[in-house]
Amino acid sequence: MNVVVCVKLVPDPDSVGQLDATTHRLRRDLAEPVLDPGDEFGVEAGLRLVEAHGGEVRVVSMGPERALDAVRKALAMGAARGVLVTDDDLGGSDALTTAKVLAAAIGREPFDVVITATESTDGYTGIVPQALAELLDVPAVTFATGVVSDGTALTVTRQTESGSETILAGLPCVLSVTAGVNEPRYPSLRGIMGAKSKPMDRWTLADLGLGGVGGAGAGQTVVSVTTSEERRAGEVVTDDGDGAHRIVLLLARARVI
Amino acid sequence: MALGTVWVFAELSQDRAATGALELLTKARSLGAADVEAVCFGPGAGDAVAELGRHGATTVRLSTDPAFAELLLGGPAADTLAAAVAEHRPDLILFAATHTGRDVAGRLAAKLDVPVIANGLDIEAGEAITVTTAIFGATQVVRTEFGARRPALALFRPKSFPAAVAPGAVAPRVVEVPAVIRECHRRARVVDRSVEIAAGPKLEEAEVVVSGGRGIQNAGNFELLREVAELLHGAVGASRAVVDAGWVPYSLQVGQTGKTVKPAVYIACGISGAMQHTVGMRGAQKIVAINKDPQAPIFKLADLGIVGDALIVLRQLRDELRSRPG
Ligand SMILES: Cc1cc2nc3c(=O)[nH]c(=O)nc-3n(C[C@H](O)[C@H](O)[C@H](O)COP(=O)(O)OP(=O)(O)OC[C@H]3O[C@@H](n4cnc5c(N)ncnc54)[C@H](O)[C@@H]3O)c2cc1C
Repeated sequence: MNVVVCVKLVPDPDSVGQLDATTHRLRRDLAEPVLDPGDEFGVEAGLRLVEAHGGEVRVVSMGPERALDAVRKALAMGAARGVLVTDDDLGGSDALTTAKVLAAAIGREPFDVVITATESTDGYTGIVPQALAELLDVPAVTFATGVVSDGTALTVTRQTESGSETILAGLPCVLSVTAGVNEPRYPSLRGIMGAKSKPMDRWTLADLGLGGVGGAGAGQTVVSVTTSEERRAGEVVTDDGDGAHRIVLLLARARVI
Repeated sequence: MALGTVWVFAELSQDRAATGALELLTKARSLGAADVEAVCFGPGAGDAVAELGRHGATTVRLSTDPAFAELLLGGPAADTLAAAVAEHRPDLILFAATHTGRDVAGRLAAKLDVPVIANGLDIEAGEAITVTTAIFGATQVVRTEFGARRPALALFRPKSFPAAVAPGAVAPRVVEVPAVIRECHRRARVVDRSVEIAAGPKLEEAEVVVSGGRGIQNAGNFELLREVAELLHGAVGASRAVVDAGWVPYSLQVGQTGKTVKPAVYIACGISGAMQHTVGMRGAQKIVAINKDPQAPIFKLADLGIVGDALIVLRQLRDELRSRPG
């Protein structure tokens, strides 16, 4: 099975993000960049598919030069090879541009499954997997909480607004996975050492034959960024056995009991 | 540039128009558009027409093709919409930022090569169409203007707008849309579907929400939250961490990628208060937080913060509520 996993380098989600007041872009200098934690589930899902059915996992990323770190971590987890699309013109790209670039990079070789997270931790428009599937002209099986395969099709459980669904999906397809789908492995020391010698390509927009995409090509413009009003903290008390009673008093004041 | 026709992509929820569609129609009416129409796909679409009309759709474009329920909706819905767009040329299409809304809007944007803005909170249409989105847990507000390409696509978080019936609305015109179902989409079939039916009021509508996070420690302990919620005629909510852990279904998730709730009282138990969670509940009138860590960020927005063991406090709360007269 040929599996492609899309990964992204993001500012460490455990630190608070901020937009640059003048460029209106995410300030990536404030936090340590890491492989998006959401993508680790995708890498794990891909590795499990090839471990069961053969083939290999190819990792594709778009981002600045140092996004190679994200690709490298996926290689350390066990992916076979990686590619990073990096180009100065890609700064400030919107979701659709991202999908176009990823689709061009993925479509250069045959694939059976393309795996993504449901959204990135930093940008989270949450529509890249679907746009990508459209550009690759395959179904998108989204919001997966469980995936099994017999080698020719995927059986996927997915979240819905009101419950869950089971989907039987033939290949090729795009699969977006939630954080509940598996328990990602830690890269082993051998994996980390081995990753250094795995093939890794670096492509520009010209290499992909894509011109006119990227920040300038975007069909939307940010006109302002403002800080919204904070909610103010009330009283914080240590529970001395009367915590529950205080809650009851608040509920009564709010007239819900 | 005057705004032409606005479409609302109306999802179905158990054969009724989903609340999100009614909210979007209500907002669409206020944009000064030439016309407001709803588009609805699914075998039950006919049953949603009256409700969509009452909320301001002058026309409901629908397809009741059974394929819309048998297949994953995203692909066929985007293809069918694209064909309808080519014929009727709406200026703007509004979607709810739900799983289905994202599945359809994401594909449609790529298919038509038109801009799309996700996570919207508000929209204005004047010289340009401008969408407000909140980022970083609603600590910053971004206004983004669409360029000239049409249709513009925008997704809005549920509860961004109130749903209200349009005064003087007449029964809408119903127009059948030919379903476009390509072979490749027949490859992804729904073989089973289950709906979680929770007792008591719906999470989005409950006056009291008792929400649990990782601090509740295991799935079994959620029973305690259910008991307290029931005593308060409220609903149980959850953080994404416990949904991901499989302790409770996704339908209970509150936050950026879950539901938005605005109850009279929100009780956060063992929830740290990550911005992706608080964006879904900061609109509550009163917030109570129980957390054993005095530094937990949730306390920054709580009206009442209790530093302590959530399970102990909840047990006492249950007992005290039970012993109250009437
Ligand atoms: C793109 C994106 C979207 C997201 N969307 C959502 C979303 O929609 N909703 C959401 O909730 N999250 C969302 N998240 C995840 C979010 O960032 C947090 O990881 C999550 O909310 C944390 O859940 P938690 O508070 O239950 O767990 P933790 O952060 O682990 O907090 C557990 C808390 O429990 C406390 N605790 C432990 N034991 C006890 C005890 N006995 N009594 C009392 N307190 C105790 C701890 O002090 C801690 O504060 C999203 C993240 C990303 C990146």
